[in-house]
Amino acid sequence: MGFPHTPHERESLVLSKHFGEQEAIGLDGWRKRGGYVALEKALRMEPAEIVQIVKDSGLRGRGGAGFPTGLKWSFMKPGDGKQHYLACNADESEPGTFKDREIMRWTPHALVEGCAIGAYAIGATVAYVYIRGEYSEAIEKMNAACKEAYAAGILGTNAMGTGKTVHVYVHKGAGAYICGEETAMMNSLEGRRGNPRIKPPFPAVSGLFGMPTTINNVETLAAVPHILNNGADWYKTFGRADNPKSTGTKLFSVCGNIAKPGNYEVALGFPFKDFLYDLCGGPLPGRQFKAIIPGGISVPIQTREEAENSPMDYEGFVANGTMLGSGGVIIIDDAQNLVKQIARAARFFAHESCAQCTQCREGTAWTTKILERIVAGDGTHEDLDTLLEIADNMTGKTICVLSDSCATPVVSGIQKFRPDFEALIKRKKVHMVPAQVA
Amino acid sequence: MTNNNEMGEMRSPGDASHDLHATYTPVFTGARKAELDELLTRYPTKMAALLPALWIVQHERGWVPAEGMAEVAAILELTPAYVKGVVSFYTMYHQHPVATHFIQVCTTSPCNVCGAEDVVNALLKQTGCEELGVTSPDGKYAVIEVECLGACGFNTPLMVNEQFIESVTVESVPALLASLG
Repeated sequence: MGFPHTPHERESLVLSKHFGEQEAIGLDGWRKRGGYVALEKALRMEPAEIVQIVKDSGLRGRGGAGFPTGLKWSFMKPGDGKQHYLACNADESEPGTFKDREIMRWTPHALVEGCAIGAYAIGATVAYVYIRGEYSEAIEKMNAACKEAYAAGILGTNAMGTGKTVHVYVHKGAGAYICGEETAMMNSLEGRRGNPRIKPPFPAVSGLFGMPTTINNVETLAAVPHILNNGADWYKTFGRADNPKSTGTKLFSVCGNIAKPGNYEVALGFPFKDFLYDLCGGPLPGRQFKAIIPGGISVPIQTREEAENSPMDYEGFVANGTMLGSGGVIIIDDAQNLVKQIARAARFFAHESCAQCTQCREGTAWTTKILERIVAGDGTHEDLDTLLEIADNMTGKTICVLSDSCATPVVSGIQKFRPDFEALIKRKKVHMVPAQVA
Repeated sequence: MTNNNEMGEMRSPGDASHDLHATYTPVFTGARKAELDELLTRYPTKMAALLPALWIVQHERGWVPAEGMAEVAAILELTPAYVKGVVSFYTMYHQHPVATHFIQVCTTSPCNVCGAEDVVNALLKQTGCEELGVTSPDGKYAVIEVECLGACGFNTPLMVNEQFIESVTVESVPALLASLG
């Protein structure tokens, strides 16, 4: 559905069914729509049963990495005598992605319920929802939802009258893309600078406050109540018949030069071409798509011809040379200077680097400098080789993948759109030497 | 580190903060103290309440002064230097007073291709700021570019202090500024 929220008939509305409905934001309206039925059911089940259902459903992480959620939960061992934590990653900052924001704005109770179920399933009594500081409306709605849930006895030390303890707390970030990296997010939650940590130890062993921790994305947790209500088999009906590895629905945020930007929810495996032209209305009048980035700015850029053939799921995009990532579809059309946009992406990463690793701190800065030089008309042909060499030094050599993420659009951009770079370099400015006055 | 002031005297920055300290009114009294006490119950360590505590200071004062950092440090049993290190990591904490309307416009690639730079230029011109990061002569406005605000489908998004405004266009800038007053 674009904005305002008018769903397209080919969408599969699960998470976004109530987007745009004012009444769904509050507890009463949410209960009318089947809210908290799944939590009540979950709290009367054994945690291991819940983990098994989520495993069976095939639900995978919707934040970018696509790790199987049930498997991640099974790394947590309830009853080990330690305090466990669930951390919900709502630090949505990947350029092109704005789906979690809509979940929190329109259906905050869906996330509260998902967090509560997730926490109980991994043996945690506390869930923190780390929301980026800029999302003032989402923070306000989530705080209000938690307050309502406490007042109604849904959360607290006797959650839904079952005697179980479940707390959900909202934690406001303060403006740092890197805090969306799970270990940086844990540091930030602990009151530190948001520098990513070296793994191992993995969060399930030593995470938040040194205790076993699971980190899940907003969209992942919001899907859990639906799975418990309708069953794992129901969830598996969404997806390509020939690809059992990607199941369920996924929210795709669509932005850039396209007729109808917005959030669209489709079954995984949906044909990308139909998605772009049928659901999102295709290019703007008189223009053509030039480059498509299907999963947030960190995934490889593709040409229109390449991208359009992908089925929209984890495997489909990978087989086609890119990634599903966060589902943030960015469209750049033929009226744009593509190199300028790649330079702008590099500047984003240079700004957001935590500066902990040399390859990233230096690499993102130099990549930006060289790209901006090319855009300004001062580039040389050696610059392209230098960019690729720097990118090679930035890939797979740092604590987290921010550095790799900066290299990706640069390398794929040069690979796919080399003539665009060369045209700017050939147009090189000639610096005139003023004539000597005798 | 010492600085020569205009009179040519040597003065350490410590003196300046001491002067300010004399007039500093603590943030964490009454309702603000109660708010922080409630926050502390949510975490197993005091340090974890640092980001929320700094937010309270910024809400109250409009920015986070050195004395505010020292106050937070004392309550959370941290050092002022540690708190400063954290404050300087996050872009949303202001380390100096800012204009009444602090405008942050998203110009990252998805917004950039939809004309965000034109919106920035319109704002710079119409606020009288002229340059990015410079406060307008009347002290009312400052405009900066910000990295991805996470509202890429609603170009151009911007924030005025903590208020999020979507779908700003060059044409809607005059009305937006009029609404801010």
